[in-house]
Amino acid sequence: MTAPRAQELGIIGCHVCGLVCRAPASDDAACPRCGAALHRRRRNSIARTWALLVAAFILYIPANVLPIMRTVSLGDVDDNTIISGVVELWIKGSPSLAVIVFTASIVVPMTKFLVLGTLLASTQRHSRWALRQRARLYRAVEFIGYWSMLDVFVVALLTALVRFGFLSQVEPLPGVVFFGLTVVLTMFASMSFDPRLMWDLSDDD
Amino acid sequence: MSTPEHGLAPADPTDSAAAGRLHASSPRLVICEHCDTVHRGHALAPGEAMRCVRCDALLARYHVLNADGMLALVLTALIVFLIANVWPVVTLGLGSQQSSTTLWGTIVMMWEQGAQLVAVVAAATLFFFPLNKMLMLGWVLFFAREGRRAPGFASIMKTLYYLQPWTMSEVFVLGAIVSIVKARAYFDVQPDPGIWAYGVLMLLITVFSGIDLRSLWDVTEDA
Ligand SMILES: [Zn+2]
Ligand SMILES: [Zn+2]
Repeated sequence: MTAPRAQELGIIGCHVCGLVCRAPASDDAACPRCGAALHRRRRNSIARTWALLVAAFILYIPANVLPIMRTVSLGDVDDNTIISGVVELWIKGSPSLAVIVFTASIVVPMTKFLVLGTLLASTQRHSRWALRQRARLYRAVEFIGYWSMLDVFVVALLTALVRFGFLSQVEPLPGVVFFGLTVVLTMFASMSFDPRLMWDLSDDD
Repeated sequence: MSTPEHGLAPADPTDSAAAGRLHASSPRLVICEHCDTVHRGHALAPGEAMRCVRCDALLARYHVLNADGMLALVLTALIVFLIANVWPVVTLGLGSQQSSTTLWGTIVMMWEQGAQLVAVVAAATLFFFPLNKMLMLGWVLFFAREGRRAPGFASIMKTLYYLQPWTMSEVFVLGAIVSIVKARAYFDVQPDPGIWAYGVLMLLITVFSGIDLRSLWDVTEDA
């Protein structure tokens, strides 16, 4: 494979408008067409992504351990965590939706931690291992990430809907805030990772 | 169009026949954002997609819709969005009592119940960002129909680029479905027009999330 890379040709593509121009000498040049900052690579991509990923992972622990929602009905108090909500949905509602919620709340964030962690580690070691597959994994993770917000919206809707005073009431609990923060941080993490770094190997191909 | 400061000119301004068409119409360099590989762009045939030879990322795709078509789509989405926000999403019944909510009812309730952060995220990703995206896209497309750049084009395009990942209406629709199923175990549940409007909005958003914003730079020039 001999397709040239922009870096070798001394050109740079604007990430906002796609304009191709000669790579500027200084590091804080702006795109002549749209004015966005031109970067050969995202700045401090690896360190920043690690920091966001670790922060997201730390917040993911209380998001799972703490209850996300409280149901009060006729004086009975029932606190739900993400997992107990999935189990309840499985038993009382619909197993297929339980699978969807489980995927959005548990599988997707866990996959994101694992995949981004692997990508960061392998990029730092200049690994040539499965480059195309790793590139594909990154795109998949970037694409599905925001669906994790599902459970946050479910808690919000139920809180607004179930307002029958003493008979039945739903309140949000701190777990849902931690969970929302986790999702936002993992989204920032995947955005700050620069997949081009994976391909920056000394003698390409 | 002003001459770029650093060499290499972008694609030539398109002729009037091509103005308003939003797929690449003249050869130019395309750099893959995912691996930095340089490709020579070419006009795409209907149904054709251009993929990166090194990492297989999608570089460009043929668009059936021209600026007029996309503007119509965006305006439709805007109307549906307003309906979705005015009408309640779901109504619950318990005995003789009824309770319903709209998107804003949901946001306000989260704020009052101590989950302000969630309220802010929901207001941004479900209301302000989608609304701004549609308004800005509509504004830009209105001028792009004649191959012109709208006032504020550059900053609008930059904002659209950064807003792209932060609209979550389709997740909200799925959330409403899950909420309905959860509530069904305890209450009489009645879906309201809002949820159907959201369903339609979800389809429209999926269609125009495929729009290649960058192509708008190539088919327009400063008035
Ligand atoms: Zn630019
Ligand atoms: Zn590529």
